[in-house]
Amino acid sequence: MTTANTADPTQLTLVALRDAITAKQLSAAEATRCYLDRIERHNPSINAFHEVYADRARARADHADAGKLAGPLAGVPIAIKDNLCTDWGRTTCSSRILENFRAPYTATAVRRLEDAGAIVLGKTVMDEFAMGSSTENSAVGPTRNPWNPAYVPGGSSGGSAAAVAANMCPGSIGSDTGGSIRQPAALCGVVGLKPTYGRISRYGLVAFASSLDQIGPFAHNVTDAALLLQAMAGHDPLDSTSANLPVPDYTEQIDQPIDGLRVGIAKQFVSDANHPAMTQAVERASALFRDAGAEIVSIDLPHTKYGIPTYYLVATAEASSNLARYDGVRYGRRAEGVRELVELYSRSRAEGFGDEVKRRIMLGTYALSSGYYDAYYLRALKVRRLIKNDFDAAFKQCDVILGPTTTGPAFRFGEKTDDPLTMYLNDIYTVNANLAGIPGISVPAGLTDAASSSEAQAGGLPIGIQLLAAPFDEGTLLRAARQFEQLAAFSTRKALG
Amino acid sequence: MPEKLTDDQVRHVARLSRLELGDDQIHRFAEQLSHVLDYVSQLSELDLGGVEPMAHTMGQTNVLRDDEPGPGLTVESVLANAPAASPPFFMVPKVLGDGGSA
Repeated sequence: MTTANTADPTQLTLVALRDAITAKQLSAAEATRCYLDRIERHNPSINAFHEVYADRARARADHADAGKLAGPLAGVPIAIKDNLCTDWGRTTCSSRILENFRAPYTATAVRRLEDAGAIVLGKTVMDEFAMGSSTENSAVGPTRNPWNPAYVPGGSSGGSAAAVAANMCPGSIGSDTGGSIRQPAALCGVVGLKPTYGRISRYGLVAFASSLDQIGPFAHNVTDAALLLQAMAGHDPLDSTSANLPVPDYTEQIDQPIDGLRVGIAKQFVSDANHPAMTQAVERASALFRDAGAEIVSIDLPHTKYGIPTYYLVATAEASSNLARYDGVRYGRRAEGVRELVELYSRSRAEGFGDEVKRRIMLGTYALSSGYYDAYYLRALKVRRLIKNDFDAAFKQCDVILGPTTTGPAFRFGEKTDDPLTMYLNDIYTVNANLAGIPGISVPAGLTDAASSSEAQAGGLPIGIQLLAAPFDEGTLLRAARQFEQLAAFSTRKALG
Repeated sequence: MPEKLTDDQVRHVARLSRLELGDDQIHRFAEQLSHVLDYVSQLSELDLGGVEPMAHTMGQTNVLRDDEPGPGLTVESVLANAPAASPPFFMVPKVLGDGGSA
């Protein structure tokens, strides 16, 4: 698989594809054509892409072949989540309120990917405004899991995860506010990385919860994800929360041995609620790390269980403020036949937002409202501090933390939509990394036993393990993830023929 | 912490949120949001005396740049998405007058 079999470029990893293009074994135009064909063939059933920029992608591929696109991603086609602004096409956040929005500028992360030579094939379906864990909150229809179309791909970056799993692109970009990269990566059997808060500029990322949102990559393997991170990372004067710190070379050390690496395991991540395959996967990962020379350390993250309640107060409070901008005046949907300004706001927003977005705006508004601020929002900010302190203490004892990404594999459409809280609990193992601002990665760890989940297709559904690291230590995180990926020897390439 | 949210409370929050909702929606959201508030109320188990609130993980305060002019968006590009515009202005219904309840 590592040799550049150019017969079908869509079966290559990102690095193999890039190398084949650089070596002129394959033209960027041919690679782009094959991916566009594959999108045309499979997107009607998967609905990973909302908008495809075929002409623009072909033109850029020709540029690449003419030597006019240089850089470490020269000629590599990618997909981006539909909450990343581009000064071409539409940026909709899978919401009716932005269904015709054309951004006047391009997100820094996207611009940097293009500066590195990448070709943007299109924008991917998501839960509306990144609020959800299944893409069922999309106003343009849900994405289907390429492993089994009766199952959700996870969310909110479900389209970006499914696009990679279905080989419609070798890598893609999502955003992660409480698990929206790592959870769909786990459910679709691909790698998904949420970098440290501040590692990648959020300029041009449509804001959901500004102190939690972070852009990150999906790919078939850890090295491919590292390459995408490398292209996007670094300070940006247009985002005052982007860290003004040097960016290390993430691929240089990625294959270094992990002798002496301290891998922390928290008892709080062991639960009867976890699917047996998930429990086994974490135990196996722990054994593989130990056999590879790592030291397994018991750590304590005592405030873990308060992550979800804290998150759903902090994130909704910030969302209620961020989404106040959708007023039907400057851009976005405007209600017709309105005679007065407040009615214009209230009706435009009622027509434009879906139910989950409305619930979160109201929850956040309530948590910030007079008389409730101290009891809800301020309290959540204090617990957030405790959660961060837990990690600070843990990373004195270990270099990475190992645990499950989710409690189990993908679920069926409609299975968790009746009660919002059931859906929120999907994020139980992922939200704390956002609250603490630390990096996390989900790496494929195998499949559930098809026999125990009768409706799953032969071979079952993917699950992922999660690794976490200290702020700005993506280097160690990626090295540990790369080692695990090689030791576990799990191929992600079987989702769709 | 939480009592069960009444329909009137949800109606108040919907008004603050500038969301026009029907009575059936109000009632459904009251039940769903009460359920979520009940769940988040577990935060009141914790003794938070002396804990500093943390709104942000980077420990930043204000970030300033040099006050030097640079390129910005043109009026045309900014107005291009407006549902109604009369350059260089956005157009809105009247703010004050008979129907106003703001």
